Amino acid sequence: MTHYAFSFDGTRCTGCKTCEMACKDYKDLDLGVAYRKVYEVTSGETKKDANGCFTSTCTSYPLSMSCNHCDDPACTKVCPTGAMHKDAETGLVSVDADKCVGCGYCHMACPYNAPKVDREKGHSVKCDGCAERVAAGEKPVCVEACPARALDFGPVEEMSKMGERGNIAPLPEPTYTNPNLYIKPSADAKPAGSADGKVVNPLEVM
Amino acid sequence: MSDIMPSLSRRTFVKTTGALGALAAVGGSVAAADSLFGAGVPEAHAASEEKITWGHCAINCPGCCSLKFHVQDDEVVWVDTYTSKDAGFDDPQPRACLRGRSYRRWLASPDRINYPMKRVGKRGEGKYEQISWDEAIDLAATKLKEVIDQYGNEAVYVPYATGVSATTSRPFNRFLNLVGGYLNFYNSYSTAQISCITPYMYGSKQSGGSSFKAAEDAKLVLIFGSSPTETRQGGLTTHYDWVHLRERTGAKIYMIDYRMNDSIVGHSEQWLPINPGTDAALVAGIAHYLIEHDMVDLDFLHTYCVGYDEESMPEAYKGKNMSYYAYIMGEGYDKVEKTPEWAAKITGIPAERIESLAEEIGTTKPLYVNQGWGPQRRSNGEWTSWAIMALPCLVGQIGLPGTNNGTREDRTSPASVSMDAGKNPVKASIPCFLFTDAIDHGTEMTSKNAGVKGVDKLPVNIKYMINYAGNCLTNQHSEINKAHDILADESKCEFILGIDTVMCDSLKYSDVILPDLFRFEQTSQISTGSDTGYMITGTACTSPKFERKTAYEMATLMAEKFGVADEFTEGKTEEERIKEQYEKAREKSPKLPTWDEAVEMGVYIEEHDPVVSMAKFRKDPVGSALDTPSGKIEIFSEKLLQFTEGWELEADDTLPGMNTMPPIPVYLPEWYGVETTTDEYPLALSGFHYRGRIHSSWGFMPELKEVNPQEAWINPVDAEPRKIAQGDKVRVKNEFGEIELLAKVTPRVVPGTVAVSQGAWHDADMAGDRVDKGGSINTLTTQRPSPLSKGNPQHTNICEVVKA
Repeated sequence: MTHYAFSFDGTRCTGCKTCEMACKDYKDLDLGVAYRKVYEVTSGETKKDANGCFTSTCTSYPLSMSCNHCDDPACTKVCPTGAMHKDAETGLVSVDADKCVGCGYCHMACPYNAPKVDREKGHSVKCDGCAERVAAGEKPVCVEACPARALDFGPVEEMSKMGERGNIAPLPEPTYTNPNLYIKPSADAKPAGSADGKVVNPLEVM
Repeated sequence: MSDIMPSLSRRTFVKTTGALGALAAVGGSVAAADSLFGAGVPEAHAASEEKITWGHCAINCPGCCSLKFHVQDDEVVWVDTYTSKDAGFDDPQPRACLRGRSYRRWLASPDRINYPMKRVGKRGEGKYEQISWDEAIDLAATKLKEVIDQYGNEAVYVPYATGVSATTSRPFNRFLNLVGGYLNFYNSYSTAQISCITPYMYGSKQSGGSSFKAAEDAKLVLIFGSSPTETRQGGLTTHYDWVHLRERTGAKIYMIDYRMNDSIVGHSEQWLPINPGTDAALVAGIAHYLIEHDMVDLDFLHTYCVGYDEESMPEAYKGKNMSYYAYIMGEGYDKVEKTPEWAAKITGIPAERIESLAEEIGTTKPLYVNQGWGPQRRSNGEWTSWAIMALPCLVGQIGLPGTNNGTREDRTSPASVSMDAGKNPVKASIPCFLFTDAIDHGTEMTSKNAGVKGVDKLPVNIKYMINYAGNCLTNQHSEINKAHDILADESKCEFILGIDTVMCDSLKYSDVILPDLFRFEQTSQISTGSDTGYMITGTACTSPKFERKTAYEMATLMAEKFGVADEFTEGKTEEERIKEQYEKAREKSPKLPTWDEAVEMGVYIEEHDPVVSMAKFRKDPVGSALDTPSGKIEIFSEKLLQFTEGWELEADDTLPGMNTMPPIPVYLPEWYGVETTTDEYPLALSGFHYRGRIHSSWGFMPELKEVNPQEAWINPVDAEPRKIAQGDKVRVKNEFGEIELLAKVTPRVVPGTVAVSQGAWHDADMAGDRVDKGGSINTLTTQRPSPLSKGNPQHTNICEVVKA
């Protein structure tokens, strides 16, 4: 039994969205659906003083995130049919489309904006950690796509050495679901729960 | 496909093809099919094998990244790249960017052009009907013969275009050279100003920059107006190189930009916000501090440079206060002392900050100064880029480990040989940016007023164009509304042959359209790289679909009509040419793999040592003299002064009181800039490269547009009084036009300046209100060229923004 986790190096990520688009191609996702999304968190001000000179307290950082395959997933707890389930062997959380009734509770419960009901398909969809690639010894498509090498995926024991667990704004305190996401924060990054860390690109993350 | 597969992943689905596979999917699982047809039926209709082919991206980005096509039943099922699960941070892999990873959608787009077509509406309307290849080639060739007979070959033009880069990507030029030639162009829309000014200062043979890798040895890195991660996004081009450098260097980094670009995010301490178009004023303010505090490297300036001070001025110009020193200290030219306080008012950088930066520059070595191509794409771009290049000279930080000469970073690549385009019998050449002038009033264009080269004046207007993979007729040109009026007039340019894969705005002006194949739908090779070199050898991922052909085949068909097909092909297919060229490259570089090996590996990677610019010159300034008139670095250029004597200049082209262009790197206010806004248009407007497109390519794709929306970046200070909130629909307008797009209200752009990413697809009712709902910034850019290079000053704009 090997449970898996993602790692995210915030000092490297430039917010380019290659991870997101590589996933969309591999998983053949339509408009309106993305399993991995890139959040822009920006705060502070850039102002002009009386002399026409700039002062800036602006900070900004991207956060690339998919499903975090949590230890205590909120989505599985609320699923009325058991469709949303966590694989005992790998720890990967996925949807059994045969069982899913598309009620959307998982979407509402997840603090990470991961599951979404695809109305055309009639059921919930989300990142499954590229389970079949992982089974074949590969890494998820998003990880192997990253031009900046900001993403990684592997056994929890390895990933946990690469950063702090889920501790970055705008995420909630990691104790809520124990996400399998380990983060090396950039200098600009704010900790989980910080009031400053607001997502400023809501249109881009649906 | 995805609509009928409620539970199977596409990976599972494609293992079974045809009706039974689809039925199984509709049933919700393979088990459902078993119940209908009995177990094992899907296996009886086993899937065809998945095959893998290599290809390369070919669109005007030196990334030209690797594409690994997974193909089944002659259709691409997904697009991977050169990657591996265990790659370390230092392992070179030319991974495709988000656009490369979206190629399957473009390949199979319902918008792809499938057949030859002829125009049935007005130019620009986009109304076409299908015709045969025979008719298409006949129309194009007949008209070409007529134009050559009536006007001469100077009336034929192949406009600047960047949709295809490969070693055989200029077949139409080769064809035209066999039938008398065509009007040449020089310059590019990327680098007109810096490419023009650099030879005056550094000559042309030793003027290249240092690689990013060289900056690992620096202690201070200054980047002016560049976002290496956005301009070249792939995994072994400057995106990766920049991220890698940032992590590996011990240097302090400053990114000087009006926008906190994506190469800064996460590292806001590196952002030094500046007013756009004022970098030369910043350099002047720094120079003043360095001079006042005795921090200039006089030994270097006197040994290696011309024109810094009286002592190093050419004899004929001594005693006239024409040196750089005289300009900075207020003794010459505009007689204004360029103090940090003076620079602060222009640049928006506080005087104390300019002083502390100058102190760091004066005391920190090695210093690596680099500029992108944004600062130069301006009305004052030649002087802005020259000033940035002068900065490392002032402190002698040239030609030593960890330094750069102030130009853009060097790129390396494996040896390659491109198809011989032949010799063009036509001598005349125009700056590419002035092609609409050459259509409208070419015969009025001269060497003195329009940078015409090869002849004193153009003998004829442009009457015929072959626009191959280009969107520079309108979208990527400037002042789209004016360009439309010129192109729509069929009495001016009488015929336009367009070749492309989708109907971009420029293609709508074609009289005949030919359907192109991507480079990965044919054999193709490219050599490229950045810190690391690589070569990609690709083969066709699928057979040609519909009636699409390669550009080489199209040019051959045209050549047949002129009876020069044998001369054009020399009996060779395109693939045979590529192989032959490759063998020539292997003669130059024997370490390259054989052709068969190259095809098999797809991606060949060649590691190179870091490049330090001008190291030879630094070591031996006499033996390795530059190819400038003096053999030295020219901070004062007598050649430029003499070249621009007698030019027809506008008052705001140069410094007040001058009737030539300035022979030193001065600050010139922009015509449309932060110092020249008006009550009507009180904001500066600047463009930038956006991750969702490379220029206009991919600009039509819904999947990319969805997560990379077209936005006007505006600071809250400017948005609030206009009652504009994040996500609002706004209109940006000026004297040239009006665009509609979304507002991104953000502290990531300086107050007083609006930023709009370039390349969005123009979308306006040209017979109606002409409001561009695609949001192309070139609806708002001027066709007035920058004075020296006659280049596109596309970041020099002013505007007003209102809520739509």
